[in-house]
Amino acid sequence: MKLDSKAPEGPLEEKWRKHKKEMKLVAPNNKRKYEVIVVGTGLAGGAAAASMAELGYNVKSFCIQDSARRAHSIAAQGGINAAKNYPNDGDSIWRLFYDTIKGGDYRSREANVYRLAEVANEIIDQAVAQGVPFAREYGGLLANRSFGGAQVSRTFYARGQTGQQLLLGAYQAMMRQVNEGGIEYHPRHEMLDVVIIDGQARGIITRDLVSGELKRWEADAVVLATGGYGNVFYLSTNAKNSNVTAAWRAHKKGALFANPCYVQVHPTCIPVSGDYQSKLTLMSESLRNDGRVWVPRKKGDDRHPNDIPDDERFYYLEEKYPSFGNLVPRDVASRNAKIVCDEGLGVGPTGLSVYLDFRDVIKRDGKETVAAKYGNLFDMYENIAGENPYEQPMRIYPAVHYTMGGLWVDYNLMTNIPGLFATGEANFSDHGANRLGASALMQGLSDGYFVLPATIGNYLADVKPGTRYGTDHNAFIEAEKAAQEQIDKLLNINGKRTIVDFHRTLGKIVWDNIGIARNKEGLEKAIKEIQELREEFWTNVYVPGEKNNYNKYLEFAGRVADFFELAELMAKDALEREESCGCHLREEYQSEEGEAIRNDEDFSYVAAWEFKGVNGQLQEELHKENLEFEFVELKQRSYK
Amino acid sequence: MSKDMTIHLKYWKQAGPDVPGYFEEYTLDTVNEHMSFLEMLDVLNEELQLQGKEPVEFDYDCREGICGSCNLVINGQAHGPKSEVACCQLHMRNYKDGDKITIEPPRAAAFPIIKDLVVDRSAFDRIIEVGGYVSVKTGSAQEANALPVEKEKSDEAFEYAACIGCGACVAACPNASASLFTGAKLAHLNKFPQGEVERSNRAVAMVDQMKEEGFGDCSNFAECEAVCPKGISISAIAEMRRDYMKALVS
Repeated sequence: MKLDSKAPEGPLEEKWRKHKKEMKLVAPNNKRKYEVIVVGTGLAGGAAAASMAELGYNVKSFCIQDSARRAHSIAAQGGINAAKNYPNDGDSIWRLFYDTIKGGDYRSREANVYRLAEVANEIIDQAVAQGVPFAREYGGLLANRSFGGAQVSRTFYARGQTGQQLLLGAYQAMMRQVNEGGIEYHPRHEMLDVVIIDGQARGIITRDLVSGELKRWEADAVVLATGGYGNVFYLSTNAKNSNVTAAWRAHKKGALFANPCYVQVHPTCIPVSGDYQSKLTLMSESLRNDGRVWVPRKKGDDRHPNDIPDDERFYYLEEKYPSFGNLVPRDVASRNAKIVCDEGLGVGPTGLSVYLDFRDVIKRDGKETVAAKYGNLFDMYENIAGENPYEQPMRIYPAVHYTMGGLWVDYNLMTNIPGLFATGEANFSDHGANRLGASALMQGLSDGYFVLPATIGNYLADVKPGTRYGTDHNAFIEAEKAAQEQIDKLLNINGKRTIVDFHRTLGKIVWDNIGIARNKEGLEKAIKEIQELREEFWTNVYVPGEKNNYNKYLEFAGRVADFFELAELMAKDALEREESCGCHLREEYQSEEGEAIRNDEDFSYVAAWEFKGVNGQLQEELHKENLEFEFVELKQRSYK
Repeated sequence: MSKDMTIHLKYWKQAGPDVPGYFEEYTLDTVNEHMSFLEMLDVLNEELQLQGKEPVEFDYDCREGICGSCNLVINGQAHGPKSEVACCQLHMRNYKDGDKITIEPPRAAAFPIIKDLVVDRSAFDRIIEVGGYVSVKTGSAQEANALPVEKEKSDEAFEYAACIGCGACVAACPNASASLFTGAKLAHLNKFPQGEVERSNRAVAMVDQMKEEGFGDCSNFAECEAVCPKGISISAIAEMRRDYMKALVS
C-alpha cells in the first residue's frame, strides 16, 4: 500500500490557501442531496456537524453520552493556542508552527501543522462571536497566558474551564442546526461498526444504549470524531466512557491505525490513592506557570514540606532546564518526575508524587490574585486530596492524558478508506510524538470548524448525489450480524471475573510496559501477557444484565474487548520504533542524562498499521509514510 | 492508611420507565475515606456482580465535576451534603462509619426514569435547541478583539456559563422547575454585545419550551441555587422573568 499524504506542493504559507482554491466544490442545491454521518460530539465532531449543516449538508450526529454537551472535550482545563500576537511578544504563525513541530519531536507532517497554526486565529474569532467567555483584560480585550513548551504568551483561556466553554459554543451551534433541521441528533447511541460498500464508507451500525436495539444508518460519508484511547490504561484522565471502539472497529474494516505507541503522559495529576480508584484527575498544566516543582534533596526526608528549607529542596526542572524551567514540555516534565521518584526522592504515602508549590507566587502576587487565576483548580484539589494548596504544596504525579496516535488520515483528514474521515484526537495528524499544552482544543476545532467542512466537499463532489444502496444491502446485514454476535458472545460467557477486574489488570500491564518509559524486554513481555489475559477475558468474563435494555456493563465489555487488541498493537508499534522521540522513550535509546535520542535516518516516518486478523495473536502489517522536512531543520530538542 | 468504614446503602431500582420502582438495601464494609461517592458505588457494583446480582445503573462520565452526567439525590439532597460539588467529587471522608445513605434519581415529570438512577434529561437539549445560542455561522465572525467587552461583564457571563446541565436545580425544586438552567444560559449570552441582538426572542423561545417540556414554574424557593454544583445565582431567574415579561408587552 502506498500512503499518499496528499499534502499540496509549494511554499508552506501557500499550501492551504492553494488547496482551498483547487478543491472541488459542491453546489448549494446539491449539498442537501448528501448525507454525512458524524460520530462523536466533542470539539471536532460538534464543530464539524454544526459547520457542515450550516453549509447545507444533511448531517446525522451520534454520541454515547445522554447529551452532546457532555463529550470529553468538556474537561479540558487550560486553554487554546493561537498566534494572534496580542501581547506583542514576537509570536507569529510560523513560530506556533515551529513550536508545535519541534514539540512533537519532528514526527508530524509540516503541511498539516502549518495549516493548524494558520487556522487557529479564526477559531478565536469564531468562539468570541459565539459568546465564549474568554478571560479579558481591564480594557476589555482578550487576555493571554503562557503554557508549557512555548516562550510566548499565546494561550486563550476561560479560567480552568476552557474546554467546557469552547464545547458549549460548538454544542450550541450544533443545537441551532438541530432546530433548523440540518442535523438529525442521536444521543445515547454507540457506533459498533462502519459499513463499507464497493470500497467506500457508506454507513454505520449503532446500538441504542437505552433500548439495546441495533440500527443501520446510510450516508455518503462517515466522520469519526470519537476521541482518543487513553482509557486502555484503565487509569487515565479520560472520562470513564471514553473509548477506542469506533476507531478500532474501523481499523478492523481496513482503516490504518497510525503511531499507536505515541501516548502523552501529563505531568500534573493528582496521585493515585488506592485500588478502588476509577480515574485520575488532571490539574491544568497552567499551574506550572506559577507553581514550582520540587522534591526533597534527601531520600526519606519525612518533614512537612513547609519545614524543608530552600537549600534542601531539589527544584529539578529549574536546575536541569534553566531556560524553560518549570515550563518544559509535558513529556520532559513527566519523565523527570518518574526519574526522581525512581531514585527514591518521591513524596507522599506511596512515594509516587512530587511537590508543586505555590508558596512563592502567593508571597509575590497575593492569595487573591492566585485564587482568581487558579481558584477552581485549588478547590478541586482540596476536595479530592483533602489538603489545602494555599497552605502547603500540591502533590502531583504524571498520568495518561492524551493519545497522539490514531487513525491515519491524509491532508484532507480522510483515512485510506474513501469516504471515511477522522478528526480531532481520533486521528494521528498534527502532534507528532508529543502534543504541546493548549493544542488539543486548537486541533479539534480547526478540524471541525474549518478543515473538514472544506475537504469533505472535495470528496463528495465525486460521489453521485443521491446514491443509495439501501440499509438492506448485504454489507449492512453482515455488519449488524457481526455486532449482534459479539454482544451475544459476551453475555453468554458467564465467567468468574468482572469486566473492571480485567480492565484494571490490562491497564497495569500497559502502564508498566508501554507507559512513560519502554524497553524491548518489557514490550515483549507485555505482548505475551496481553495475549494471555485476552484469552482469559473471552472465556472467563462476567457480563451482567440483558442486551435489550440499558446496560452500562455490556457497553464496557465491548470497549474493553477492543482495548485488549489495541494494547497489543501499541506494544508492537513501540517495539518496532527503535528510537526515542517525544513521549516515546525507549530506554535503550537515551543519552546519559536521560534525554531522548531520535534516529531520523531510520525512523522519520509515520507507522501506519493494517489489520490482518486476530487469533491468539494480533496480525498487523506495517506501512510507512515517510516524513519529509522541507522547511524546518531537524534538531535534537533542547529545553536547557 | 485510614480504616475501612461500614456504610448502609438504600438505593432506587427500577427496570424501566413504565414499571414501579423500589428501594434495595446493601451494606458495604470496605469503604475508604479517600473514595469518591461514585467509586463507592463502583465497589458496590463489583460486589453485586460477584454474587451474580444485577448492578445498579447510574449516569457518570468525567468524574471531575464538569460533564454534568452524574445527578444523584443523596439523602434527599441533589449531589449530597457538600456545597458546590457534583456527586462525582463528593468524597467519602464526608461520611462516618455506620452511616445510612439513601440514593435516589432526580424526580421530575420532565426527567423520566430510564433505569434505576438513570434519567432522561433530553428536555434540556430541547430548551437550548430553540434559542440557547448566538446565531453565528462558522466563518462569519469578525476579528476577536474588534469587540471589546468590559471585563466585569465578561466575568459575570462566565459565572452563568459555568452551568454543567446536570439538572440538580430541577431535582431540588418543589415545582421541578428548570428556571435556573434556562435563566443561566440567557444570563450568560445577554452579558455580551453579540448576544444582545436576539435577547428577547431567545427568552421567549426558551421559557416557552421549558413549559412545554413539563417543568414547573419558579416560586422563589431558591433550593436550586443551594444545590447547584457551580453555585449559579438565582439572579438569573429574575433577569429571565423580566426579559420574558418585557418581550410579551412590547
